[in-house]
Amino acid sequence: MTFNSKFKKLLSSITLASLVALAGCSDSDDDEMVVIEPPPPPAPVVYTYEVSVTNLTHAQPMSPVAVVLHNEGQLWQLGQSASSGLEMLAESGDNAAVLADAIAIASQGGAGILASGMQETITVSITDNMPMMLSLATMLVNTNDAFTGINAMEISDLIVGESISMKTGSYDAGTERNSESMMTIPGPAGGGEGFNEMRDDVDFVAMHPGVVSQDDGLTQSALTQAHRFDNPTLMVMITRVE
Amino acid sequence: MKFTPIITALALATSSMAINAQQVEVSVTNLTQGIYYTPFLVAAHNTDMSLYQLGQPASAELQMMAEGGDISGLSAMLTNGSADIIENPAAGLLAPGMSTTAMLDTSDGNDRLSLVAMLLPTNDGFVGLNGWQIPTDAGTYTFTVNAYDAGTEVNNEMINGGGAPGVLGIPVEPGGNGGTGGMGVTDVEENATVHVHRGNLGDDDMTGGKSDLSNTVHRWLNPVARITVTVM
Repeated sequence: MTFNSKFKKLLSSITLASLVALAGCSDSDDDEMVVIEPPPPPAPVVYTYEVSVTNLTHAQPMSPVAVVLHNEGQLWQLGQSASSGLEMLAESGDNAAVLADAIAIASQGGAGILASGMQETITVSITDNMPMMLSLATMLVNTNDAFTGINAMEISDLIVGESISMKTGSYDAGTERNSESMMTIPGPAGGGEGFNEMRDDVDFVAMHPGVVSQDDGLTQSALTQAHRFDNPTLMVMITRVE
Repeated sequence: MKFTPIITALALATSSMAINAQQVEVSVTNLTQGIYYTPFLVAAHNTDMSLYQLGQPASAELQMMAEGGDISGLSAMLTNGSADIIENPAAGLLAPGMSTTAMLDTSDGNDRLSLVAMLLPTNDGFVGLNGWQIPTDAGTYTFTVNAYDAGTEVNNEMINGGGAPGVLGIPVEPGGNGGTGGMGVTDVEENATVHVHRGNLGDDDMTGGKSDLSNTVHRWLNPVARITVTVM
């Protein structure tokens, strides 16, 4: 017997069985009639978050922001080696690998470079799976491997219409030495190389010490005093809208 | 007797408001080792007012304060908006490491606290607290705040008395560690909105170099002030 004929036979016996069941019920007015119907599919529940970001630096454009919803894990851990996705984002500004991280249940990238003083709102949605956490990362592009963001912030308590605001500090991915040389700064100040898989630095994530710049005595630096920064570097407001 | 019902109605209306008058003590500590604060403006105001917004251009009133320490413009703006204000609680400059305290009796609806002062010596740096919601519960609340750049003046770091809005330069170095003869650190302001101050650069040449500021005296890292609010 082929699979098809088996399946047809099964179907016809189900049809017969339901007819018999209905017939059995039809004349018994006293009994509660039980008609087993497939339950209507539940209306999908959509969880939507608007993430507003403002670049607070003087002259550090930020790479397209990565916003990730997840239920477990972290984008980075202080004192631990950066993931290759985070290394990619922090050295070159490419957010693709972070957006596709294994922990992500939904993710959304920013529209483009976020210049200093500029604000952008990124909307991220997920259906039928209330996200527990939100993470966000973006590179300070006139650096070797500096990034800022938020790491596994609890958002499950947010009700519709509620917001959380915060300002974020800056981290060093620890994957590229802070030479500040033109060849190694991908942003407009250098126009140099972005990602390089070689890890020639401490290989753990820590707070960023800031840039030195040629104005402050690092002669090989492609950076000027304008690229120096202090924390916080990004303002973030997360609003649950749905 | 005619007035009684009106007075009763007023009293009822007042007591039904969610936000009532409070007595609030605001204490500010300068957390830097080499930066002075010009006279503070401390205000309780309603939710519609704001002294500045990060990522937005400064108002002319904020520019006056940030470039020259002149709080009269912001003060007038707040007074027009029925804010409760205290000016200059330190009776002059607030030196590094020092604290000052202001007592505010807030009016109904003025449940937001703001506070600003210019950082000296900087071109247009200021310390700011913007619209912090005053708790209704009595108690003591402590937090720290950051230094911002008004984005209205190039940070050339030259001490030349320039404090009026639009006049380039730093008004004064109150600590006596200022230099002369700097060439100017930069002639470009790349972010014309209110943003986080990148810090002074300074140099080690007190009679020349790029900056009239010292790279060992006039630097700071955030936070630059601690604020303690006691709600009575």
